[in-house]
Amino acid sequence: MEFEAVIGLEVHVQLNTDSKIFCSCSTAFGNPPNTNVCPICLGMPGTLPVLNVKAVEYAVKAALALNCRINDISVFARKNYFYPDLPKGYQISQYDKPLATNGYVLIETKGGQKRIRIKRVHVEEDAGKNVHGEGNDPYSYVDLNRAGVPLIEIVTEPDISTPEEARVFLTKLRTIMRYLGVSNADMEKGELRCDANVSIRPKGSNELGVKTEIKNINSFKFVAKALEYEIERQILVIKAGGRIEQETRLWNASLGITETMRKKEMEHDYRYFPDPDLMPLVLKPEMIEKWKKELPELPDKRKARFMEDYGLSSYDSEVLTSEKAIADFFESALKFYNNPTAIANWVTVELMSRLNREGIEIVDAPIEAWQLAKIVKLVEENVITGRVGKELLDIVWKEGGDPEEIVKKRDMIQISDASSLEVVVDEVIKECPAEVEKYLSGKTKVIGYLVGQVMKKTRGRANPQFVTELLEKKLSELKR
Amino acid sequence: MELHRLTILEARNLLEKGEISPSELFGAFLARIEKVDPLIKAYITICEKEIEDIVEKRGKLYGIPIAVKDNICTRSIRTTCGSRILENFIPPYDATVISKLKKEGAVIIGKTNMDEFAMGSSTENSAFFATRNPWDLERVPGGSSGGSAASVAADLCVASLGSDTGGSIRQPASFCGVVGLKPTYGRVSRFGLVAFASSLDQIGPITKDVADCAYLFSIISGFDPLDSTSYPIESEDFTKYLGRGVKNLRVGIPEEYFALGVDREVKEVVLRAVELLSGEGVEVLEVKLPHTEYAIATYYIIASAEASSNLERYDGVKYGFRVGDYRNLDDMYVKTRTFGFGKEVKRRIMMGTFSLATGYYDAYFLRASKIRALIKRDFDEAFRKVDVIITPTAPTTAFKLGEKLEDPLTMYMSDVLTVPSSLAGLPAMNLPCGLDSNNLPVGLQIIAPLFREDLLFTVGYVLESLVPFERKEVPLGV
Repeated sequence: MEFEAVIGLEVHVQLNTDSKIFCSCSTAFGNPPNTNVCPICLGMPGTLPVLNVKAVEYAVKAALALNCRINDISVFARKNYFYPDLPKGYQISQYDKPLATNGYVLIETKGGQKRIRIKRVHVEEDAGKNVHGEGNDPYSYVDLNRAGVPLIEIVTEPDISTPEEARVFLTKLRTIMRYLGVSNADMEKGELRCDANVSIRPKGSNELGVKTEIKNINSFKFVAKALEYEIERQILVIKAGGRIEQETRLWNASLGITETMRKKEMEHDYRYFPDPDLMPLVLKPEMIEKWKKELPELPDKRKARFMEDYGLSSYDSEVLTSEKAIADFFESALKFYNNPTAIANWVTVELMSRLNREGIEIVDAPIEAWQLAKIVKLVEENVITGRVGKELLDIVWKEGGDPEEIVKKRDMIQISDASSLEVVVDEVIKECPAEVEKYLSGKTKVIGYLVGQVMKKTRGRANPQFVTELLEKKLSELKR
Repeated sequence: MELHRLTILEARNLLEKGEISPSELFGAFLARIEKVDPLIKAYITICEKEIEDIVEKRGKLYGIPIAVKDNICTRSIRTTCGSRILENFIPPYDATVISKLKKEGAVIIGKTNMDEFAMGSSTENSAFFATRNPWDLERVPGGSSGGSAASVAADLCVASLGSDTGGSIRQPASFCGVVGLKPTYGRVSRFGLVAFASSLDQIGPITKDVADCAYLFSIISGFDPLDSTSYPIESEDFTKYLGRGVKNLRVGIPEEYFALGVDREVKEVVLRAVELLSGEGVEVLEVKLPHTEYAIATYYIIASAEASSNLERYDGVKYGFRVGDYRNLDDMYVKTRTFGFGKEVKRRIMMGTFSLATGYYDAYFLRASKIRALIKRDFDEAFRKVDVIITPTAPTTAFKLGEKLEDPLTMYMSDVLTVPSSLAGLPAMNLPCGLDSNNLPVGLQIIAPLFREDLLFTVGYVLESLVPFERKEVPLGV
């Protein structure tokens, strides 16, 4: 029997407000433990939460971008449980009346575009962190810098069918959050955290199987791996005649497996109830409208516009709009040199490969849009060759500066007059008798080598097309 | 007159004229405390040094010694909540009401005893010791603000602050023969009040007379951005409502409040006071509050549910008591809370935990929330017919120490007359209106519509001058 997976995700996204959600402490990352704290986020007796409106704005914008309906009244609820990183003994979250419901995200899959429905988006506070002593240190430590940092939880319907779709969905979610500027959504930094509900069923069936919840998938690398493992595990259990137990499992990245964390009967009863310290969150339609108007152009729309306005392919448009900063870079380069196809090509190939190689974001890249635009323009206008263009990009990357000046100063301009090239071609023919012989005997492919020699001697400044033609002409003269 | 007998307004008058100095006044109270408090045991902490730190010299409370219930956070002064678990807790912040007192130049003279986490009606649930009623040392002062009420009654301070969740200001004020106000929910900031039941808790004044009550309330009330449930209106000078006439005012008498096991003598003394009021041209009408009988059950479900959550932070991790010997995290939690909390607190945590549990939430917490709405509606209906409602504050006068301690249900019933208005968020005041045959004070409760404390002061001020109650120096013979 063939099986298919049914996957739903619960994603936590950290909102990048300056201050925490219920007090005025800083949300800055990486400070010494317990320095971004006050009596309120430490849960000291008698202290009370006051809602940070900026967090609400960010959450609403995120929900709007996920095509959700914003509820005009939502209610904060307490989720009660004991853990050292939870100073009040409860987390302020939302329960039966969340901020937003009924949204969707479109993702690109092999089978075309797919709609992943969003069940709900709610606002809550983050917990702190427990740090366990290493080596001989028998103590555990609690760092509450993160306690009270605003989060949204995004819950999907079980519309995801493969681990790859889950990965694409999360990537899309990250893209949207970055477009909005409400979160950097970096999974490795814990700004985006994902739990997955996974079940399997016979292919084509409409019934849902018993699901397990997978926690601790804390890296983009592991999303697909963890889900693949769990799906495979469930299939093996079923095939062996067993039954899937409803339980919470933990992804163990070092072993590459999921392990039982707690069985269903050990699940917490969180005893949710409305938080009496906070009034219901009432959002006036004018407020929602205002925030809606402030939304930037979102990736789906921008991609469509790139295809339409710039005549780019769906693929290039997708790649360019996958990061707001890249799309911004692209469009800002166009202002200096309006050649969308060429600029798109340089951004998606040359620029992005360098970013990947160095593992940096485009905003941190040592090159600006005007510089890249000038390089592309120099190449497109045949002032320099493509090869020199790449070299020039490396120089600008390392040293900065105006590409035009560099070209002049370093004598990189393309050699286009035939007489000076002819000298070099003649030299090469003289220096490579064996290759020339081969060519003349009919192995014409060897001309590539000869062109390469010419390029080497001219330090890439010759137009390879032109060199090839010149070589062919000279060699055919020899033949006669 | 001896200095410790002064009201706020009297003391202020003398201080302003320069006839006495703040340190003289403070000294008089410290001497009185030294002599009398060993009998009463109203204070958990006495703040001998606070006089050195008066902030504002021209404030409305300049040099006035005020006692504060020990669940209201005071910076650098231990705030125990009457509990082992916070026995050595020193807050690094002031509650908003404390900031307001300090800004007006008040001196915090001490922190008063209370039932642990304000759970109780006799102050016998304090983890440290019981407080005694100044009128009869064999009897309880009521609770949970028993220390605050007793300190005012025994002249161990000029006035005090208490907190009221289901009657914790009014009932002890009634037992001790002093004035106590539970303000409209949202009118006094809860910031810095250690939470028991957040949707009910309110801080209020306990004073020697109605004028002081209006005066102190003017200072502590008003919007506070630190409390999201604080109502966005500024305070005003409530003393202007003193001395206004009550002619043609309509007073409601709910029959339900004169049944419910209310002591015959208490009924009589309260009804006599109402009669005196009708002599002033007040119209007395019967009103019905039909859901009153469900109030106690509703209250104990809601208050305990909120408490079970509010008290989760006392886990031994960050501050307060932690047991010394434990095997692992769960063991530390269990032992810390088992030893740190008293019996009544644990009882309520268990009740509250139960009523919020999956499968019970609808039948208990949710249903209680619905009945709470019905109780509110009862009052709304009644206030269409009348301006204020008058009832006894408590079914009995002060009972004996130990009398109800082993019978929580009987103990809970001493809040039966104060709990409904708490559930409805209404302002209500206790006013002493006479003595019973044991020479114990009887209190009457005036309940007003939301944000109509002005009516409480107007009616209370008139009544105060009519009723056969004299402020006496108690305990006698010291």
